[in-house]
Amino acid sequence: MSNVFTLLLKREARLLCRRPAELANPLVFFAIVIALFPLAVGPETQLLQTLSPGLIWVAALLAVLLSLDGLFRSDFEDGSLEQWVVSPHPLPLLVLAKVCAHWLFSGLALVLLAPLLALMLGLPGRCVPVLLLSLLLGTPILSLLGAVGAALTVGLKRGGLLLALLILPLYIPVLILGSGAMQAALQGLPAVGQLFWLGSLTALAVTLTPFAIAAGLTISVGE
Amino acid sequence: MNWTWFHKLGSPKWFYEISSLWLRGLSVAAILLILVGTVWGLAFAPPDYQQGNSFRIIYIHVPAAFLAQSCYLMMAVAGLVGLVWKMKLADVALQQAAPIGAWMTFIALLTGAVWGKPTWGAWWVWDARLTSMLILLFLYFGVIALGQAITNRDSAAKACAVLALVGAVNIPIIKYSVDWWNTLHQPATFTVTGKASMAPEMWLPLLLMVLGFYCFFGAVLLLRMRLEVLRREARTSWVKAEMSRLLEKVR
Amino acid sequence: MSFASFSEFLAMGSHGPYVWSAYGISFLVVLLNVALPLLARRRYLQEEARRLRREGAQ
Repeated sequence: MSNVFTLLLKREARLLCRRPAELANPLVFFAIVIALFPLAVGPETQLLQTLSPGLIWVAALLAVLLSLDGLFRSDFEDGSLEQWVVSPHPLPLLVLAKVCAHWLFSGLALVLLAPLLALMLGLPGRCVPVLLLSLLLGTPILSLLGAVGAALTVGLKRGGLLLALLILPLYIPVLILGSGAMQAALQGLPAVGQLFWLGSLTALAVTLTPFAIAAGLTISVGE
Repeated sequence: MNWTWFHKLGSPKWFYEISSLWLRGLSVAAILLILVGTVWGLAFAPPDYQQGNSFRIIYIHVPAAFLAQSCYLMMAVAGLVGLVWKMKLADVALQQAAPIGAWMTFIALLTGAVWGKPTWGAWWVWDARLTSMLILLFLYFGVIALGQAITNRDSAAKACAVLALVGAVNIPIIKYSVDWWNTLHQPATFTVTGKASMAPEMWLPLLLMVLGFYCFFGAVLLLRMRLEVLRREARTSWVKAEMSRLLEKVR
Repeated sequence: MSFASFSEFLAMGSHGPYVWSAYGISFLVVLLNVALPLLARRRYLQEEARRLRREGAQ
C-alpha cells in the first residue's frame, strides 16, 4: 500500500517538474500581492510591520487557492481520475499522495519564499522562525481543505471562482491562528499555543479530508 | 426501537401524503407562537435596565440566530443520511433548507447590526458572534452556489452533502477561533445577553419566539420539499394523479 | 403592559426607529420566505396545465 503511495508521489513529482511555469505562477502571484500592499497603504515601515502578519497570511491563502484550481483538472480530462476511482487501492490514500506531492512543490516553495517577502515588509528577523513554523504547519491544511473544493468543482467549466467561494470561509481558523502566532511573536510574546493549535488542526485535516476529497472525486467522476 | 418510520421516509409518496398534515399543524403553531411572542415581547415585556427598549430586538435576533445554526446542522445530518442511505428525501431536504437558512442568517446579521447601533454606537462591530454569523452566511452561499452550478441533480445533491459535512465539522473550529481572536483584539466587550439573569417575563416570550421560528422553518421547508417532490417524481403515476387533482382545483 | 400610551409604544423610548425597522424587515423576509414557494408552486401548476392542454390538443 505504501508502495502505491511512493509510486504516485514520484509520478506527480515528475509531472510537476515538466511544467515549471505552473509551479512558479502561484509564487509570483504571492510576491505580487505582497508588493501591492505597500503601494496601497503607503511605505511607512511601522505600519507595514504591524500589518505584515496579516498581509503574508492573506497572500499565502490566495496563492494556495490559486494553485489548487488546476489540481485535479488534467487528471480529470485525460481520464486518470476514473482509473483511480475504479482501482483496487483505497482512493483516500491516492488523493493524499496527490495533495502531498502538490504541497511538497508549491506549498513548500511558498514557505521558503515567505521570509524574504516578510523581511521586505519590515518583519524583524527574530520573528522569522515563527513565520516559517506557522506556514509550515498551516499550508498543508490549506492544501488539503482546498483539495476538497477542487474535487467538488473539477467537473465544472468555470470552477475557479466557485472554488474560492466554497473554500475561503473554511480557511478562516488557519488564518486567525497563523497570523495570531506571528503577531504574538512580533509583540515578543510566546507563540507556542497557536503553533500547537495549528499542528493539531493539521493532524485533523490529514486524517479527515482525504475521505472528503475521495467522496468529492467520486461524485465528480460519476457525473 | 421501531425504525419503520425511518424506512417509510424513503418513499416520496408516503412523505407527500403525510406531510400535508404536518404542514397544517406546523403553520398554525408557527403563526400562533410568533404572533403571541411578538406582541408579548414588544408590548408587555419590561424594558432592559441598561439598554431600554432596544433590547426588544432580541426576540427576533436570537431565534433567527438559533435557527441559522441548527439549519446548517440539519443540512449536514440530511447530507449524511443522503450519502449513507441514498435517501432521495434527504437530498431534497438539504437543498431546500439552504436558502431558508441563508435568509435566517441574514435576519440575524441585520437585526444584530440594527441593535448594535444604539448599543455600541456603530452599525457593525467585529464582535465574535456577528463575525461567526457572517462566516456562516458565506458557508450557506457556498452550498447554494455549488448546488446551482452542477446541472446533474443527483451529483449536485451529493456534492452539497459533502460540502455541508465538511462545513459542519469546521463550524465549531471556526466558532472557537473567532471567539479567541475576538478576546485577543477587543478585551471586555459589552455582553448583550446574560441568560441567567433574565427575568421570566423577559425570556418566556423569547422561548415562544424560538419555538415559533422552528415551526416556521419546518412549515416552509415542507412547503418547498413538497413542490420539489412533485417536480422530481413527475413521471410516477401517483404524482400524475395528484397533479390532475390539483389542476382540477385550480380550474 | 409596559407602556402607558400608544404613542409611547411607537416611540420605544427613543429607540423606535431601530426596533421597528428590525421587526419590519424581519417580517418582510419571513413573508418572502412563505410567498416564494407558494408562487413557485402556482407557476409550476400553471405550466403543467398548459403542457397538458398542449399535449391533449395534439
